[in-house]
Amino acid sequence: MLKLALRRFGAMVLIMAVVSFLLFLIFESDKLAVAGKVLGPYSSLEQRELWLEKEGYNRPFLVRYGEWVADALRGDFGQSIRFKAPVSDLLWPRLANTAILAGLVFALMIPLSLTLGVLAGMREGSLLDRLLSFLSIGTTSIPEFASAAFLVALFVFELRWLPGTSSMTGGFDWRQLVLPVAVLVLYDFGYVARMTRASMAEVMTSPYIRTAVLKGLPRHRVILGHALRNALIAPFTVIVLQLNWLLSGVIVVEVFFAYKGFGALLYEAAMFGDIYLIEACTMVAVFVAVFSQFLSDVGYTLLNPRIRFAREGG
Amino acid sequence: MAVRGRRDRGEAVPLLAAALRSLGVLRESPVAMAGAAILFFWLAMAVLAPLLPLADPNLPLEPLRPPLSVSADGTATFWLGTDIKGRDVLSRLIWGARRVLVWAGLATLAAYLVGIAMGLVAGYRGGWWDEILSFVANLLLSFPVMVLYIVVITRIGASPLNIVLAVTFASAPAIMRIVRGLVLDLRTRDYVLAARARGEGALWIMLVELLPNARGPLLVDACLRMGYTTIALATLGFLGLGLPPPDPDWGAMIAETQPMGAFAGHAMVFPALAVSSLVLGFNLLADGLREISLRD
Amino acid sequence: MGASAKRPILACEGLGVSYFTRAGEVPAVVGFDLAIARGEAVGLVGESGCGKSTVALAVMRYLGRAGRIVAGSIRFDGRELTTMSERELRRIRGSRISMVYQEPMASLNPSMTVGRQLVEVPRYHAGAGRAEARERALDILARVGLPDTRRIFSAYPHELSGGQQQRVVIAMALLADPALLLLDEPTTALDVTVEAGIVDLIRGVAERFGTAILYISHNLGLIRETCDRVAVMYAGQVVEEGPVTNVFAGMRHPYARGLFAAIPLPDSDRRARPLRPIPGQLPLPHERPGGCFFGPRCTHYRQGTCDREQRMRPLDADPGHRVRCARQAEIAWERESRGPEPRTAEGPGPVVLEVHRLRKEYELDGGLFAALTGRDGTRRIAANEGLDLVAREGETLAIVGESGCGKSTFAKVLVGLEPATAGRITFEGREIAGAPVETRPPEIVAHLQMIFQNPSETLNPSHAVGFQIARVVRKFGAARNRAQVRRRVYELLDLVKLPRAFFRRRPRQLSGGQKQRIGIARAFAGDPRLVVADEPVSALDVSVQAAITGLLTDIQRRRRTTLLFISHDLSLVHYLADRVAVMYLGRIVEQGPTGAVFAPPYHPYTEALLSAVPLADPGLVKRRILLEGELPSALDPPAGCPFHTRCPRRIGSVCEEREPPLRRFDGDHRILCHLPAEELARGRPVIRRRHPREPSHIPLR
Repeated sequence: MLKLALRRFGAMVLIMAVVSFLLFLIFESDKLAVAGKVLGPYSSLEQRELWLEKEGYNRPFLVRYGEWVADALRGDFGQSIRFKAPVSDLLWPRLANTAILAGLVFALMIPLSLTLGVLAGMREGSLLDRLLSFLSIGTTSIPEFASAAFLVALFVFELRWLPGTSSMTGGFDWRQLVLPVAVLVLYDFGYVARMTRASMAEVMTSPYIRTAVLKGLPRHRVILGHALRNALIAPFTVIVLQLNWLLSGVIVVEVFFAYKGFGALLYEAAMFGDIYLIEACTMVAVFVAVFSQFLSDVGYTLLNPRIRFAREGG
Repeated sequence: MAVRGRRDRGEAVPLLAAALRSLGVLRESPVAMAGAAILFFWLAMAVLAPLLPLADPNLPLEPLRPPLSVSADGTATFWLGTDIKGRDVLSRLIWGARRVLVWAGLATLAAYLVGIAMGLVAGYRGGWWDEILSFVANLLLSFPVMVLYIVVITRIGASPLNIVLAVTFASAPAIMRIVRGLVLDLRTRDYVLAARARGEGALWIMLVELLPNARGPLLVDACLRMGYTTIALATLGFLGLGLPPPDPDWGAMIAETQPMGAFAGHAMVFPALAVSSLVLGFNLLADGLREISLRD
Repeated sequence: MGASAKRPILACEGLGVSYFTRAGEVPAVVGFDLAIARGEAVGLVGESGCGKSTVALAVMRYLGRAGRIVAGSIRFDGRELTTMSERELRRIRGSRISMVYQEPMASLNPSMTVGRQLVEVPRYHAGAGRAEARERALDILARVGLPDTRRIFSAYPHELSGGQQQRVVIAMALLADPALLLLDEPTTALDVTVEAGIVDLIRGVAERFGTAILYISHNLGLIRETCDRVAVMYAGQVVEEGPVTNVFAGMRHPYARGLFAAIPLPDSDRRARPLRPIPGQLPLPHERPGGCFFGPRCTHYRQGTCDREQRMRPLDADPGHRVRCARQAEIAWERESRGPEPRTAEGPGPVVLEVHRLRKEYELDGGLFAALTGRDGTRRIAANEGLDLVAREGETLAIVGESGCGKSTFAKVLVGLEPATAGRITFEGREIAGAPVETRPPEIVAHLQMIFQNPSETLNPSHAVGFQIARVVRKFGAARNRAQVRRRVYELLDLVKLPRAFFRRRPRQLSGGQKQRIGIARAFAGDPRLVVADEPVSALDVSVQAAITGLLTDIQRRRRTTLLFISHDLSLVHYLADRVAVMYLGRIVEQGPTGAVFAPPYHPYTEALLSAVPLADPGLVKRRILLEGELPSALDPPAGCPFHTRCPRRIGSVCEEREPPLRRFDGDHRILCHLPAEELARGRPVIRRRHPREPSHIPLR
């Protein structure tokens, strides 16, 4: 068990290393372009070369890479070209904002999808099951920007209940969180609910549930005691992996609603060509994604006794 | 590898004929039929776009006219209104469908070719091939999808070909994982052992023995993936990273209109409906196909 | 002692169960009558599709969404089950009627310890407290023969072996002291020697617990050994029923007799008593004829009598024995018996295959982490160890053993799917041990082919049958152009007695037996000298087994092909084989001519294997030898003699420390054992005829 965790952790570190190397390669191998980005399009060739010399860009690539990684591990990601401030000053607050969104999304989405999924899976083919399938297919067909468009058209333009942007310029306003969270929950819950339903339905038709029923156990015991502990293993891993998806979804949502979060930061950096900011944001995003994968793998192993207590002899 | 005669391929008919025959099978699932109907509608729109009596999608006419209004000179009806630049929304929707379907289709196809090749090799060959390919796949999959798109497109620019490349990067690993999983399972089957026992080469086994039996899950995934790719393309369009203007892009249509608020609601909602319905078609078809394959 | 004591614990009358699918109503059970008295063991026997499992599920009222009881009644201790509410059923299930299932691993919750699953029964049915429930669970675990009950109590199901898991399921079923125990093929998924132990346990259940049993199986021998009464099912109905001794001594229904004639017995041989398959196929539910369901396949069919609905009739001489056949009194069974077909036994020819000290090892990787830390995490499994074999032209050599003995690995190494680790294999004069099949010359490949076990996996489901055979023909260069290839394919289809129209069919349109015939056609496409058949009939129904076995031996005889027949079925092996090799944990522990291996001297393992064979023929008796303990893990094989952990004839530390020497006997009969040759030769036969001079009771058609 510990061996597995260490192996996964090792894999995680390896991926981070390769990603960092690739990113550095992609963005900073063309030194003149970097200089051009920093100094602006109107800078001359001599100015750029001078700057490159001053910043140590004429040293070997691997040295520069090593230094960049060392700095990054200490939290120093360099200076943002666009915002003219240290990247870390921008990154962490934005990340915190996105974390608030993510936290709310998970807090709503998990109970909703698990409950509906379990109920639908218990009664395969029932009206509830069909409704849930219908609903999930529907909601997972609407991309975030489209559902944002619908919700805004309804709640902002027509009903005027909610504000259309969420930039929180006047201090914290909970109403500005409603639509972004709603958009994310709407898209995500369908997928998790269907996974849960599928897992539950599969468990309910398994031979050991037949055994439990034919032992004369009451239905609630069969569901709660026997079915759920097996049915919820797969959804758990899926939920943890939703963190990866969420980082993708927040970009669109934050841009749409002008929410000052991590996704919007990455977007702005990309649009502007703010190399150091892009590198930093991407590294953080990949780290979160990879870490969630790690948690998911380890969690799955912990939850599945067959793997956790695997006999060496089999 | 021995050369096969045409007749001796037996039932291994060209893909198209098999596909047409299997369309009949769709009748078994109303969900699949509904999905196919929606897709057929959009396909028809996309194909017929040049023939339909539509306004030029890029021609500015009268800005922000509401749906069902009539133009100032009374000659044209703006069935779905016009956008902030005065372009006819209906026309832009239909031409946008053309664009989305062509590029999503090509991109998904490219991703499949790469993903299937990777998956077959990684699953069947195993060993170092598997280690390396799986590592590459895990690497790509550790990027949140949009982050990957943004990084790639910022670096290489947003041309149609680059977008196909970006989609391949994003989707091929997932496809590879599915194919690899299927191959790992199928290669232990007796008929694969029988093929090996008569000295068949790896290429024959991968393409003739294994791949046809992965049809079911791959077909379902293909429909879903067309949906994901459509969403990805439209989202990129929304973010301004998609195919360059002024040609219509559903996502871009929403992005342009968003700042205008309530006046441009129609110009925002209709593209959203369009993209949702198209993806719904793919999802319904995928679900129906899955139902059918489970029943077999 | 009033009426209630004489009331049957279970009485099914006119039971009809149907499944309602998209295709319509499928009547799985029709007009089913059966009564089980208290403490009685009744066997329900039939092939797949006869409806026997459906009967059990109907009694438990667990037919799923598609199944429904459409007719008749099921009375449990006088109470009608078909109309009971869920609440009443819950009180009966697990406490008064319990069930044991076919797949023990799947029937236990993988996420709960064995103990937790056990204690639920007394806690919910008897309202027992935690401590008391635990005590009762530990007690029942001991009573079903499990050692170390505390360890098993806190173990997870996957930590136990198959046999242990099934004992746990049986324990769980018996915990509440039920009046009726339903067993649905409880040993089908288990090895033969493990099966013997479970069968022994079940046999004692009625005596020790006073429980009535309904034992459902396809194996006539098992039923005969465990039950008091038997009911034979065909196409949803009981066709013959009565006390076990009476029925097995003289079956009267043509199907039952046909079934009996199709199974090999441990003392039968293919020349003296060829297996007779039952012609035709089981009719699909909507194709059942109006009169006797078995009519279309019955050689005694009479127009006018057999095309009317058949009732169960008691025999005149024996009213407890009933048969669903209008002609049963008329058919002269004795006159029907034909003499055995004379078959000239040709001697085996020159040596075709020689295996010398073959060793096949698998390595289990320690993984990346082990590599990083420099620790050698690799573990080795010796799947085949020191194998020595010779096979001659025209001979059938059988390899017998249970799961994990390495017989399938051996097959793969021979055919080239796996490279050997050490040793020599000489085939047709060429050395092929280290050569994977891709490197072998095409003639060798064509001459050394394999038939696989699982008919549903042996053909690629995506291609037509003709295409698949044609591919093999082309690969082996047996024909060049299209016309020749097609002709050859037709010849092969004729060889396996399938219609030429099957060329265009897809595998899913074929039955299991038909698919296996294609597998045979495929193996013989290149005119092989040696065919390795890895359990080719194990997955087939009894009557189909007989047909496929007959086909295989027929082809083999005509073409003088050497057949390497791998099986766990000793009766079939005795029937087919000229020589037998018995494997255990990767070694051949005994080999020799069939007659010699099946008679003393025996290797102790062979003795136990023979004793585990369920005997359907009442004219045979056997000595009971049960092995203790479990099959050791291949990763951690016992030192010295691999069998010593379970051997009833261990002689002490020499068996634990040193590898056994080879003992030789007449006719190239070899045994790997520390026991001295004289001691081995003194052994008594395991299976013998009750009255050797009487003709066997085996019914012939």
